[in-house]
Amino acid sequence: MSTIKPNYARPLDIKNGRVDMSHGSGGRAMAQLIGELFASAFDNEYLAQGNDGALLPPANGRLVMATDSHVVSPLFFAGGDIGCLSVHGTINDVAVMGAKPLYLSASFILEEGYPLADLKRIVESMAKAARDAGVPIVTGDTKVVEQGKGDGVFITTTGVGVVRDGVNLSGDLAQPGDKILLSGTIGDHGMAILSQREGLTFSAPIVSDTAALHGLVAAMLDSGVKLRVLRDPTRGGLATTLNEIAKQSAVGMMLQESAIAVNQPVEAACEFLGLDPLYVANEGKLIAICAPQDAARLLEAMRAHPLASAAAIIGEVREDAHGFVQMTTKLGGRRVVDWLAGEQLPRIC
Amino acid sequence: MKYVDEFRDGELAKNIAANIAREADPKRHYRLMEFCGGHTHAISRYGLADLLPAHVRMIHGPGCPVCVLPIGRVDQAIRLAREQGVILCTYADTVRVPASDNLSLMRAKASGADVRMIYSTQDALKVARDNPGREVVFLAIGFETTTPPTAVAIQQAAAEGLKNFSILCDHVLTPAAMHAILAVEGGVALDGFVGPAHVSTVIGSKPYEPFADDYGKPVVIAGFEPLDVMQAILMLVRQVNDGRAAVENEFTRAVTREGNLKAQQLVADVFELRDVFEWRGLGSVPHSALKLRPQYAAFDAELKFKVDYVAVPDNKACECAAILRGQKRPQECKIFGTVCTPENPVGSCMVSSEGACAAHYSYGRFRESAT
Repeated sequence: MSTIKPNYARPLDIKNGRVDMSHGSGGRAMAQLIGELFASAFDNEYLAQGNDGALLPPANGRLVMATDSHVVSPLFFAGGDIGCLSVHGTINDVAVMGAKPLYLSASFILEEGYPLADLKRIVESMAKAARDAGVPIVTGDTKVVEQGKGDGVFITTTGVGVVRDGVNLSGDLAQPGDKILLSGTIGDHGMAILSQREGLTFSAPIVSDTAALHGLVAAMLDSGVKLRVLRDPTRGGLATTLNEIAKQSAVGMMLQESAIAVNQPVEAACEFLGLDPLYVANEGKLIAICAPQDAARLLEAMRAHPLASAAAIIGEVREDAHGFVQMTTKLGGRRVVDWLAGEQLPRIC
Repeated sequence: MKYVDEFRDGELAKNIAANIAREADPKRHYRLMEFCGGHTHAISRYGLADLLPAHVRMIHGPGCPVCVLPIGRVDQAIRLAREQGVILCTYADTVRVPASDNLSLMRAKASGADVRMIYSTQDALKVARDNPGREVVFLAIGFETTTPPTAVAIQQAAAEGLKNFSILCDHVLTPAAMHAILAVEGGVALDGFVGPAHVSTVIGSKPYEPFADDYGKPVVIAGFEPLDVMQAILMLVRQVNDGRAAVENEFTRAVTREGNLKAQQLVADVFELRDVFEWRGLGSVPHSALKLRPQYAAFDAELKFKVDYVAVPDNKACECAAILRGQKRPQECKIFGTVCTPENPVGSCMVSSEGACAAHYSYGRFRESAT
């Protein structure tokens, strides 16, 4: 009698295996990859339905939907990896609309030859981030591209959330006189990535600030303050995000450089590479704009939350036909804080 | 950050500004040129113009390596990358410099040329070692600061017998450019220079002495931090008031009169003077640039690939030439901020944040909108 159990399938060789073209073919190999790697990690009742889409219960309120693709290199960095980043990024895009994030989808583009052990680490990091945030990944997709046609792993996530009544946030609602608040230091994520890419080491390591901000947003909404604009300053950094808001609202802004905090290793790395932290990406920070009389209360609510303990009022909205975002420098001079031109290329001497 | 914050202290800046305001004679103008793009950047980024009285005006000079690179030189690099299939390595800002046919190295890269941005000459050597089957050309640009690292790379390549590495040498010389600015018939409307920081660490303060002695222009060498610049401006105001013209050194923490002799020797071992070099804005300037010595000819891409230099005139509407000489301000150019922006630079001054036009566009253009 055979010792092999009926229905036995050899499990994925996570330790030494690699992604191959069959993992994206729609056949048994793909089903196994999804079952053993993704479904077991993301485990929730909607995913368990096993259908092409997730059937979700009725939502109570207006819906918000946001999507974000992640192509970060390196895939693993100090403070996180592409997995948790792809969860946080989309949760934050939903949250800064004033919404409570409810569900995520995840779509993977895998490069042939990518080690399954690394893929498992990424998937587990995603699962943990989703679990910690209380936002399940309810549906997904996997495709495989030939070697050389991808960069290991690309992940696209989409999020759905619901906005409570009375909350109306939009980039076009900033008004002259409003205060601009920032939840903490800038440039941490971008410099964590760049210093790792360039092999720069500093006495204190630069750690990405990647985090899910929906808890902070909920606390800010619960404070009773009427928020006008919320935005997370990711690519292009604080400067670019503020310019987007200024354009949408047809206003100008005046910032105080001394109120904008930068961690010292980030400042040192920026100095070293000739970069301006105002233009460096963040993944766990937000900008809030509210009426001047509400600013103190909002600041208090933000500082009470662990993700915004270093929050500060960094400037105010002004009338300006040109829509300039300006800044009073620490030296007491004035400058424009412009849109980022091209990539932020380091100066050469 | 230690050794940096001390030179960005707002209170000290106010003190120096008060001294400048008190000592600058309201009956005259002070037109001071900061030669170097590093100073232009510091003045713009920290808003230093706001700390100066209206009759003390800073004029942005040509000391930005990518800004003075003529179209024909960028064309050479693009031709090498597109037609000869080389891996073209260069410092970052250079990839955005506009060239002929609406191209730049960045656009050439997008259309398939192998262009790589690097941080140091060592990266370029590594690319050459890692790709033994391909020719690797380093587009070597910059003033005296970036020349010694190129010299090191050439010597290393020679010692290693690295046969697939060469350079397109566009290294230029600061004193020659200052001569070109000053040697204009009838003189120029400049009252003094803020002298380069990093360049002077290499060449020392001595090469500037003719500008004080022969042209009667005060020179104060300054560091790149905002307080350095403010202090240098105060020192220049004092020289002008006293009717003196001397080379003074504000950047004593890094610059000596003789400079870095070891670096100078290294450069002299590897490079020699070109008879003439075309600068964007300044035109052909004799003895203003370097080329490899004959014993290093094997590493000279211009000889190796027979890629001749073809001069190309600048866009007619572009005022980069007058701006680089300090004769015009960026906002006086017809296409400034409209046709020519940092996203779509027409002139090279709009390319690097050290360029006069880009610095004014990115940091200072609220000034004219306010008036």
